[in-house]
Amino acid sequence: MANKAQKSLPFEEPLIQLRKKITELKEYTQNAEVDLSAEIDSLEARLENLEIEIYEDMKPWDRVQVARHPNRPTTLDYIPYVFEDFIELHGDRLYGDDEAIVGGIASFKGQPVTVIGHQRGKETKENVRRNFGMPHPEGYRKALRLMKQAEKFKRPIICLIDTKGAYPGKAAEERGQSEAIARNLVEMAGLEVPVISIVIGEGGSGGALALGLGNHILMLENSTFSVISPEGAASILWKDSALAQTAAEAMKITAPDLLEMGIIERMIPEIRGGAHHNPVKQAEFLSEAIEKSLSELNPLNPEGLIDQRYNKFKAIGVFTE
Amino acid sequence: MTMIRDIFKRNRERNGPTIPSKAAKDVPEGLMFKCPECKHIILTKEMAKLQKVCEKCDHHCKMTAQERVESLMDKDTFESIDDHLKTGNPLGFPGYAEKIEADSKKTGLNEAVLTGTGKIDGQPVVAAIMDSHFRMGSMGSVVGEKITRAVELATSKGYPFVIFTASGGARMQEGVLSLMQMAKTSVALKRHSNEGLLFISVLTHPTTGGVSASFASVGDINIAEPKALIGFAGRRVIEQTVREKLPEDFQTAEFLLAHGQLDAVVHRHNMQKTLSSLIRLHTKGAVAHG
Repeated sequence: MANKAQKSLPFEEPLIQLRKKITELKEYTQNAEVDLSAEIDSLEARLENLEIEIYEDMKPWDRVQVARHPNRPTTLDYIPYVFEDFIELHGDRLYGDDEAIVGGIASFKGQPVTVIGHQRGKETKENVRRNFGMPHPEGYRKALRLMKQAEKFKRPIICLIDTKGAYPGKAAEERGQSEAIARNLVEMAGLEVPVISIVIGEGGSGGALALGLGNHILMLENSTFSVISPEGAASILWKDSALAQTAAEAMKITAPDLLEMGIIERMIPEIRGGAHHNPVKQAEFLSEAIEKSLSELNPLNPEGLIDQRYNKFKAIGVFTE
Repeated sequence: MTMIRDIFKRNRERNGPTIPSKAAKDVPEGLMFKCPECKHIILTKEMAKLQKVCEKCDHHCKMTAQERVESLMDKDTFESIDDHLKTGNPLGFPGYAEKIEADSKKTGLNEAVLTGTGKIDGQPVVAAIMDSHFRMGSMGSVVGEKITRAVELATSKGYPFVIFTASGGARMQEGVLSLMQMAKTSVALKRHSNEGLLFISVLTHPTTGGVSASFASVGDINIAEPKALIGFAGRRVIEQTVREKLPEDFQTAEFLLAHGQLDAVVHRHNMQKTLSSLIRLHTKGAVAHG
């Protein structure tokens, strides 16, 4: 576990090298009787500066990698720290229980809420069970069932988005993947309770949007929301998926990009280097953001909530008259 | 040396004649029309009379939005709206504006969908007709906006909304803005639905990706043309994921019908009549009491 959390990403390489050097010098000072503390101090100062430089100016591709970090906190990692008394509710009542989406009831600072989120696994076995967080239609139908239930009992809905996309498989097509996603979009448009959608990792296309038609959309600083993966875009645009890095920049998929385009309400700051460095602390940031959104949405009546959602999405698009 | 390099250059247009692109072949300008399915050759004029359904193999060839209007709407009743909306280039994709310009010239449309009001058998409707000759019918900001405005118009007039879909999905060059058009059209459709108004979605070849996963699939009535390709993910992607061969008819209209995803598959020659009946059956007081 600890080892995995330390798994470094390519853009962090200079930091790793420097840390290694400092450790080496420290060991050397202990063994040999030479005082290198001045050198160590200066290297540590450089490390601090380098950390700031690297983490405060993360490129889109760096963020993509952080968003995909195997140890990035998932929906079920956040739930115990953000909510109380979570009870998971299973199944779509039609076909099965898709474990790529989890959902249930919980309490948020004393208010009952419904929580729904994509769920990927942390290791192979769990990933297979959860289909790498890529839902089938029954996952979306479970989500919709829980949203309708929330509406009946007037509970706000909090959706956590974290998926590469809806599963592109034979069974998914047979059972109506398109319809399941489309149905969620239309039904979410009419929900009479506050809906907050938060992208916590990857927001991959329609499969992400099916939980994304919220009054507010929030994104963690290092999450992405895109119409197609950078690899997919690169292979279509330049017939070369190796150009994913360039595509990640061109496609404008990061939280700062979406904030600038006015698609999301706010960006939730992340622990320096990414949420996986301190999931508990990150959960606090998440809590604060949910509280803020709820305080803005709770006063709205059902009609006001539907209108707010209407106006929000109606305004998205770039064209001239 | 330079000359040798030129030979291997990707961009060889300047080096004499090239094979005309497939897209160029699709646009029937000549006297004769060749069925892309069975290669049957027929006079273009004749083909138009047959609503571009091959007389030999019954293949439903692609129609332009304008041809669709002519085949459905009562003569001279269709009035288009929002032809003035102009596509931007929000992500600054090189060459994007030029491609829009070229397709606009080719099709006579401002974007991949034609919207407006018209009459089907005397009954007023608001219609949106997608045209796959324009950027594969892909949906960017303007397509989303035009459909949304058409739905809003139908809501305010109390008219049924009929859409003919033909699209490869969300348009990549406008990134996440394209994705959000799925949400935008959905909020508008919900309002239309809440007013108790009828929405008929006619899925034509091809209807995939983000269009299939939004308005195309949530009609009160979903019908499709025979053999139309309809699906969420591309066939090749699925084959790579599941590593098995997919049935021949996978993601065809008939396959969807068999899997409970469609209300009906309707031959193009019966389309106008079917739509007319459906609209009549949803009009108050139009059905005589027995």
